[in-house]
Amino acid sequence: MLLESVLTGAVRGGTSILYPTLGEVISERAGVVNLGTEGCMLAGALTAYAVGIETGSVWLGVVAGIVAGAVLALLHAFMVITRRANPIATGLVVTFLALGLTALFGQDYVGQGVNAMAPVAIPGLSDLPFLGPILFDHDPLTYLSFAAAPAIWWVLFRTRAGLNIRAAGERPEVLEAFGTSPARVRYAAVVIGGALAGLGGAQLSTAFTLNWSERMTVGRGFVAVALVIFAAWDPLKAVGGAYLFSGAISLQLQLQARGWELSRYLLEAVPYLTVIVVLVALSHRRRHAAPESLGRVLA
Amino acid sequence: MSPRRPRHLLFSALLALVALVAAACGSSGDDTATTGGSEGSGGATESSGGGAAAGEEFTVGFIYVGPKDDFGYNQAAYQGSQAVAALDGINVIQAENVPETAEAEAVMQSMIDEGAKLIFATSFGHLEFARNLAEANPDVVFVHQGGLEGEPALDNLGTYFGTVYEPVYTAGIAAGAATKTGKLGYVYAFPIPQTLANINAFTLGAQSVNPAVETIAISTGNWCDPGLQAEAAKSLLDQGVDVITQHQDCTKTIIEATEAAGAFTVGYHADAAELAPKGWLTGSEWSWDKLYVDITNTVRDGKFAESDYNGDFRIGLQTGDNPFVQSEFGPSVSDDTKAKIDTARESFVDGGSPFKGPVADQDGKEIYAADKQPTYAEVETMDFFVKGVIGTIG
Repeated sequence: MLLESVLTGAVRGGTSILYPTLGEVISERAGVVNLGTEGCMLAGALTAYAVGIETGSVWLGVVAGIVAGAVLALLHAFMVITRRANPIATGLVVTFLALGLTALFGQDYVGQGVNAMAPVAIPGLSDLPFLGPILFDHDPLTYLSFAAAPAIWWVLFRTRAGLNIRAAGERPEVLEAFGTSPARVRYAAVVIGGALAGLGGAQLSTAFTLNWSERMTVGRGFVAVALVIFAAWDPLKAVGGAYLFSGAISLQLQLQARGWELSRYLLEAVPYLTVIVVLVALSHRRRHAAPESLGRVLA
Repeated sequence: MSPRRPRHLLFSALLALVALVAAACGSSGDDTATTGGSEGSGGATESSGGGAAAGEEFTVGFIYVGPKDDFGYNQAAYQGSQAVAALDGINVIQAENVPETAEAEAVMQSMIDEGAKLIFATSFGHLEFARNLAEANPDVVFVHQGGLEGEPALDNLGTYFGTVYEPVYTAGIAAGAATKTGKLGYVYAFPIPQTLANINAFTLGAQSVNPAVETIAISTGNWCDPGLQAEAAKSLLDQGVDVITQHQDCTKTIIEATEAAGAFTVGYHADAAELAPKGWLTGSEWSWDKLYVDITNTVRDGKFAESDYNGDFRIGLQTGDNPFVQSEFGPSVSDDTKAKIDTARESFVDGGSPFKGPVADQDGKEIYAADKQPTYAEVETMDFFVKGVIGTIG
């Protein structure tokens, strides 16, 4: 049935958007906007794919993808936090750098077979009617993402480390008064954000599409940054945002497959329209949700 | 506030990174325009005829919109270029990842500066820039893959293409014979006439052996978005489709998804049988060697202006050797099906067409009357889906 197909597609395609969204939540909670997320995703996608092919181990590839995303984010962090560059411009530059580098180094891997991160049906649970295929017949990285969102929520709102991150984004001067360096906290947050984006890219290439091609993230990293606002910087709401977007993609394709006679241009726009509409409807609640020091670097 | 040493180290690392990129871009020792966006430069190669002997050698340039090993369109063009490079006295220079922007003009110009007298512009969007240079360089011949020359006709500009839909029709026969559910799937990017012709030919071919067959056509709005491709394939499989084919630049994702689901694959652009060992039926792929070599020899002999290549040259089974050929068959194609395919191909050689009437559109309106068939030119303006295709144009 349509609903089951769409929800399954939402989870299947949503993992690669959820990870960078979660990462960007952490980064922006600490006060740093990272538009390099798209670049980190690409770096993660290529590195995971390539290392998986070269070493024969897809898990090793995934780890390498995480590292690649983290390294690129480190570059962004250095430019923005230490050198006080404009975060928007720097993020875009990092993305363009990644676009070029991944296209260059990825040439040898276009079309090559990969050890896939195959779907693993959870015995018993995957036979449940309706919920079974939607939640319990996915690749291991998707299952990991189910745990990642609540874990990140818990860390952000129930631990000291999370408190430091939020303080760095709201009132860094208070953090400094307590003896913790906001810059150090921000570095960590941005790098973790990049690592998660790299993981999202790795999932995209080794689990979801089983392919590498230039620019294959087609802007999902930017969608993730937008979804952070949609989610009011809350990791749990980020899950809703990511699945809403990918569910809309799945919906428009399922409608096409069923022969619905709607303009394909309209159908292609559905995912983006959905996010905008929901954003507008919920905007009165979002207005005050942004971290106070987001985008402002300590003087 | 920040210690000086890590800052300097990081700057050195950044400089090294920039240097690495610059070196990689420049290392080919040949002409590739390298700015912004996708940087691929590794593919530029020097002569295969050895050395840069002046006077004797005839230099031919090739530009591709993507990488030369994309398992598809560009790889096919590259292989054709190697056939040209194997000729005596020919020096081939190439550039990969040339975008369909003014950058293409810069790349082709630098090839002219290197002495190229014939340039193959292999992607659709390169036409405008090839034309600009053709106007400015009347002693260099430009041939463009897939476009239409436009007005005014130039004596040093021509276009060429094969009839892609002929082997797509015969692949459709294999699909119609193989399907158990009677549902075929087609993933495509944009409803351009070439794609519509493909989808229609595929459906008509399948219907010729299995009249009740339907083709579900899904558009992703993109020549290569693996995320959308993966979802599109799943959507088709959810609808009970058991043969999937595509008109996309990158083909791997869809083939993998189809094979994983145990359905049949019909390929496009390249032979991808190794990706689908069980489900591969057949496909269509480019074989440019003969055509590229013939064009090159014609130009080298100075006979381009009066040849058929000076214009919109289209070749199909009717008129010669179609550069778009059938791929190898997979394990499950029966001899009976192969025989039907041979019969169909013979009919094209004898002057027939996959679109020989009666052909009706999705609303049942007759487009080609019985025994009437469109010319190659008419097919290039096709704007409808045939009956049996489920999908909407625009």
